[in-house]
Amino acid sequence: MNRALRLFICIAVLATCAFAQTTLNGAGATFPYPIYSKWFNEYHNLHSDIQINYQSIGSGGGIRQVQAGTVDFGATDGPMSDEQISQSKVKVLHVPAVLGAVVPAYNIPGVNAEVKFTPDVLADIFLGKITSWNDARIAKANPGVNFPNQTITVVHRSDGSGTTYIFTDYLSKVSPDWQNVVGKGTSVKWPIGLGGKGNEGVAGSIRQLPGSVGYIELIYALQNKIPFGIVQNSSKNFIKASLDSTTAAAVGVKVPDDFRVSITNPPGKNAYPIASFTWLLVPTNPADAKKGKILKDFLFWMLDSGQGMVEALSYAPLPKEVMEKEKAAIAKMVKP
Amino acid sequence: MPDNVDPMNPPEPLGKLQRSVTAMPPLAQMDQTRKPGQGSAVLQKIRSSQPRSSRIPDATFRVLIALTAVSVFVVVLLVVWELIDKSRLSLHQFGISFFYGHDWDPVNGNFGAMPFIYGTLVSSFLALLLSVPLSIGVAVYITEMCPIRLRAILSFLVELLAAIPSVIYGLWGIFVLAPLLREYVEPFLARTLGWTGFFTGPMYGLGMLAAGIIMAIMVVPVIASITREVMTAVPQNQREAVLALGATRWEMIRMGVLRNARIGIVGGIILGLGRALGETMAVTMVIGNRPEVAKSLFAPGYTMASVIANEFTEATGDLYLSALVEIGLALFIVTLIVNALARLLVWSITGGTPRASA
Repeated sequence: MNRALRLFICIAVLATCAFAQTTLNGAGATFPYPIYSKWFNEYHNLHSDIQINYQSIGSGGGIRQVQAGTVDFGATDGPMSDEQISQSKVKVLHVPAVLGAVVPAYNIPGVNAEVKFTPDVLADIFLGKITSWNDARIAKANPGVNFPNQTITVVHRSDGSGTTYIFTDYLSKVSPDWQNVVGKGTSVKWPIGLGGKGNEGVAGSIRQLPGSVGYIELIYALQNKIPFGIVQNSSKNFIKASLDSTTAAAVGVKVPDDFRVSITNPPGKNAYPIASFTWLLVPTNPADAKKGKILKDFLFWMLDSGQGMVEALSYAPLPKEVMEKEKAAIAKMVKP
Repeated sequence: MPDNVDPMNPPEPLGKLQRSVTAMPPLAQMDQTRKPGQGSAVLQKIRSSQPRSSRIPDATFRVLIALTAVSVFVVVLLVVWELIDKSRLSLHQFGISFFYGHDWDPVNGNFGAMPFIYGTLVSSFLALLLSVPLSIGVAVYITEMCPIRLRAILSFLVELLAAIPSVIYGLWGIFVLAPLLREYVEPFLARTLGWTGFFTGPMYGLGMLAAGIIMAIMVVPVIASITREVMTAVPQNQREAVLALGATRWEMIRMGVLRNARIGIVGGIILGLGRALGETMAVTMVIGNRPEVAKSLFAPGYTMASVIANEFTEATGDLYLSALVEIGLALFIVTLIVNALARLLVWSITGGTPRASA
């Protein structure tokens, strides 16, 4: 009898717990998945009645799901286009969450120095116009480095990815040729080269192929200790990508009110030029007011305590002024 | 083994036996030579002991079984309908030119499936070219020449190959196979067979050749284990009869075993081809993922399954998504055509008797 009673109480308590808990579902970009899951986990520890689930199904899927209203929020590495916004059933706010950067990685036999890339050289390598490492233009940017007479093999991402979007967005800005011939997108028609699946596929191919060059996420390079090149920014300074220089990229940029802004090739003196925000897509007028309130609270927390956790996972935190602007925009979201 | 003897109407045992000696009947008919009358006697005994109401469960059973069979049609039809429905935008935009177009440009919205169709067919064909002789050799050794003790171990190892996840094959392809190909195999092929045009151009290691080899390894267990099963099913007296006529061991295997097992072997090859056509992960890791039609096997390629897996998650535009679904439709059609051709091949081997291949 006693035992049965205890069991009953247990079940009752568990059941009320389950009922009291509010679950939010989100889906989207894979690049920020580690920091998002860390945030949602920490937030759940603080508020045990709130559970936020996130599926890293890719930016494209995130945009589609948020457009259709099947998730409470989405996430993307590239901002939604005007067309996508006009098609969307749900009005969304782009909320920058963290910053990421893309770095050139290479495997040149006999060269251990950090290779410097000017924007035009980088574009022409990926366009197939510079085909050998001992090209005069590469040597000019790297005095004192002895490049071998080795054919350049370009390695790019084969899967659609935000990394490709950031990299091609940058090349489109610095090279009119690139803009005309290739353009920007999560997948593009590459003029030359091999495709590797994921950061690990590109990095693996680069390690295997002498004379190869490719692009990978800064986080992946830092965590796996992969050496990478230095890129010249718009102030003609050669900047090595780091968390600081990535944050610096977002400092000098004028951020519009809807936060849909590309920060590649920014004006800042110490800015690393191939960087980007990654955004949360938050419905401004959610169907479920209670969930909207929770999401709003979470976003404020994310911009406060949340930003302190990003560097441990090799993400670059948002600059102060962007954070303030975001807080103002979130506060203005329709009150539940 | 399917028993196509009508229990109500047992065939004449003598006539069947005579035919089997002269014509070497397909495997499905082998069983009939065993005491054909017995089955129906037992059946009649069971029937007489059961009340007539057993017809109701019988009818229910028949309907249920028919429903399971129909469900296959329904699933296939639903798949085709979904593929056509979701690719309507792209079908409308590009029409038939989608299937022979060479351009794949998501930025400007131009889509053509030719490089992917080509890559799928060539890599699968290459895989079969390499794996069929190998797997038949393995099966012949295991069934005919292998010491009994080694037999179990060998069969186990072959089947173990099938249990390895394809992403592991892909990793092995990037880190072991590709360097090996680049350093040794491709330079050798370029030197000796470069004049054919199939082995020219820059050697990356990654490419169509690597994809074909990886898939060949993945397909071997499928073909080898089916071939082994079929060859084991060939009755011992067939072998003894051929040997008694003075055949050598090779002739015995060729005439006594392989000839009888050929339908099963072709069946195994079709299954292997099915696996090769649909293989995604391992291939995309080693094929180079470049949508172009190149004659050289050193050049990178792309397959239909790979491009869907690679680009679907991040595809945003409606036309882009629709084109990817149409690639799925193309894969479906190609699989259908290839399977139909294979079936025709079986029929031609069995001498135009479609029933025997069923």
